[in-house]
Amino acid sequence: MSIDQRRAPSPDLRTPDLAPVDHGRRLLRLETSRVAALIPVRAVVVSAVLVAVIIAAGLASMTIGAYEVDFPSVIRAIVDPASDPDIRQVVFEWRLPRVLFAVLCGAALALAGGIFQSLTRNPLGSPDIIGFGVGAQFGVTLMMVVLELNTYMFKAVGALVGGLITALLVYVLAHRNTLSSFRLIIVGIGVSAGLGSLTSWILISVSVEKAMMAATWGAGSLASLGFDQLVPAAIVFAVVALASLPLNRTLPVLEMGDDAATALGVSPGRTRLSAMVFGVALVALVTAAAGPISFIALAAPQISQRLTRSNTPMDTVPVMLTGAALVVVSDTLAQLVAVPVGVVTVSVGGIYLAWLLAAQYARRS
Amino acid sequence: MSLATEDGTDVSNTGAGSRADGSPRRTGTLAAGLIVSVIVLGAAAIASLAIGNRAIDPATVLHALFAYDDDDPLHLMVRELRVPRTLLGIVVGAALAVCGGLIQAFTRNPLADPGILGVNAGASFAVTFAVGILGLTTPGAYVPFALLGAFVLTMLVYALGSFGRSGATPMKLTLAGVALGAAFTGFTTAIVLRDLGTLQVMRFWGVGSIGGRTLDQLAWAAPLVATGLVIGLLCARSLNALALGDDLAQSLGARVRVTRVLVIIAVTILAGTSVAAAGPIAFVGLMIPHVVRWFTGPDQRWVLTYSMIIGPAFLLLADILGRIVLPSGELRVGIVTALLGAPILIILVRRKRVSGL
Repeated sequence: MSIDQRRAPSPDLRTPDLAPVDHGRRLLRLETSRVAALIPVRAVVVSAVLVAVIIAAGLASMTIGAYEVDFPSVIRAIVDPASDPDIRQVVFEWRLPRVLFAVLCGAALALAGGIFQSLTRNPLGSPDIIGFGVGAQFGVTLMMVVLELNTYMFKAVGALVGGLITALLVYVLAHRNTLSSFRLIIVGIGVSAGLGSLTSWILISVSVEKAMMAATWGAGSLASLGFDQLVPAAIVFAVVALASLPLNRTLPVLEMGDDAATALGVSPGRTRLSAMVFGVALVALVTAAAGPISFIALAAPQISQRLTRSNTPMDTVPVMLTGAALVVVSDTLAQLVAVPVGVVTVSVGGIYLAWLLAAQYARRS
Repeated sequence: MSLATEDGTDVSNTGAGSRADGSPRRTGTLAAGLIVSVIVLGAAAIASLAIGNRAIDPATVLHALFAYDDDDPLHLMVRELRVPRTLLGIVVGAALAVCGGLIQAFTRNPLADPGILGVNAGASFAVTFAVGILGLTTPGAYVPFALLGAFVLTMLVYALGSFGRSGATPMKLTLAGVALGAAFTGFTTAIVLRDLGTLQVMRFWGVGSIGGRTLDQLAWAAPLVATGLVIGLLCARSLNALALGDDLAQSLGARVRVTRVLVIIAVTILAGTSVAAAGPIAFVGLMIPHVVRWFTGPDQRWVLTYSMIIGPAFLLLADILGRIVLPSGELRVGIVTALLGAPILIILVRRKRVSGL
């Protein structure tokens, strides 16, 4: 493995006559007898920094709460099973799963966002724009308040079914030969406003305590999640993430158009189908676990793409790390001001989207 | 990356508002239509006084208005409950519809409305801030906050939307509104979910309603809305010129900058006051000018005048529908307009050409 010397003679024996391709950026060349890959140096550096951010913010968030624990005690409680049992209970049993859930949700949402944005070739092709969150909120409210089914299972099912149906509805309604992003947004607004008013209607016709419960869960919250929920969620996530790894190669190819992709040996139909299935599965997983956490799927791929200066939003590892970092930091903020994490991500995400647009307008038009 | 796609530009098509043969309707037809609209509004107002939980026949309604009898409980009901409600409906409906018409002309975007452009989100946030953080409870105190919130958001959206050399295009403004609206909705939720007391107040306020208001509220809302309407209507001529583009408007003698400032002031007053008086009510500002344009064509003087009459009529009818649609209790008018408006918005955006300005 060595840093590619741009115009140096190729060390590759199979193509001795060709000069190495100038990719315009520094690449790490990874070559074994079976596998060969070019990894951008920048992506590696960015990923390392993101991991550091995740760890720092995660540890910081474990010191916050009704029971204050200082930094060294947090680390001791995690690594040493024989430390003070009270602190270990708080840190290891209660706060650690929450941080791990934040990492998982962030990574899953970001990957889903990357898949959708690459698939639609559109930075707004994310589950938030197409009303997934509002649908999930409506589903949860319906389950908790109207049908009085308060167990975790039913809330998850409500969020999931509500979100999926709404997203599907928006897609179908916005589709007319092609999928224009403007039409997608406007249809999303229409459906969201309609469903949102139904949710408000339910919320004003019940007691304020119930309304608070439904509103909190409906906004997307990581509180009250433990290892019991983490283990199955992590297994599902690992399976889906691994299964979607090939998309890291095929989706950017598909971005060049169906004909080009076919010529390069990528089947457009099959790639598109598997991308849809994995993308929806990842969003569904998070929604079932924590409710709708808005805007991560929208923002993370775009931020990651800018950080790594990549030419596609679909770049699995940096995208997932960006999402994880966003959610861990947002959840830390959310604990400080005592609101559900989804409220923080929607505020931050809205500001981010505004900045994204401003930057784009200033550059382009 | 690109936010604009193939047919995203169809929203700025012009000329679709005139009739198929290209000739605008004659003034006589338009004036006659206006008279019919006023009659419809009058009928809607009387229906709004008569229909409700307890139906009151029109004759009694008229008696209550013009020959008031203290001892008759029905007269009391008409005067104390239904008159303020109906008057507020008229004021708020006119404010919303004209505000929508102004924004659509100003942004040259037929799908703009104070909700989509985030103005309502700003006003709602400011009111929520007043209730949740500052602890204000009298509805009268909401007004300055709602106005300030509406103003700040209008400015922010306009500033963000006019970034770059191409200026404020419809799509840029819409996206800016969506982004900032989402952020401010998030801030609002953060305050609302802080404690039960705030949620208790705001969950009701957050769904627009014109019921349960008193004449006092009308006393401050009506003059403000009237001011906004006058400013808006004064801008109608210049807005016609602005529809041709800034350069052409300037050469036609329109004062572009002055018009911009006046329209922003009118939009702020109208949106802020209606939010403060009735809470956020979706889609009236979007639909009414749109529907009106099908009939009047693109002349803003007619569009805004018609909106001012049709808007209240629609809001009153939606309110009446909300009162009778449920077997018991009533549906708040904000919910009715959202449920009626959502499908209409979707149909509009799916049409090949959105009726232009």
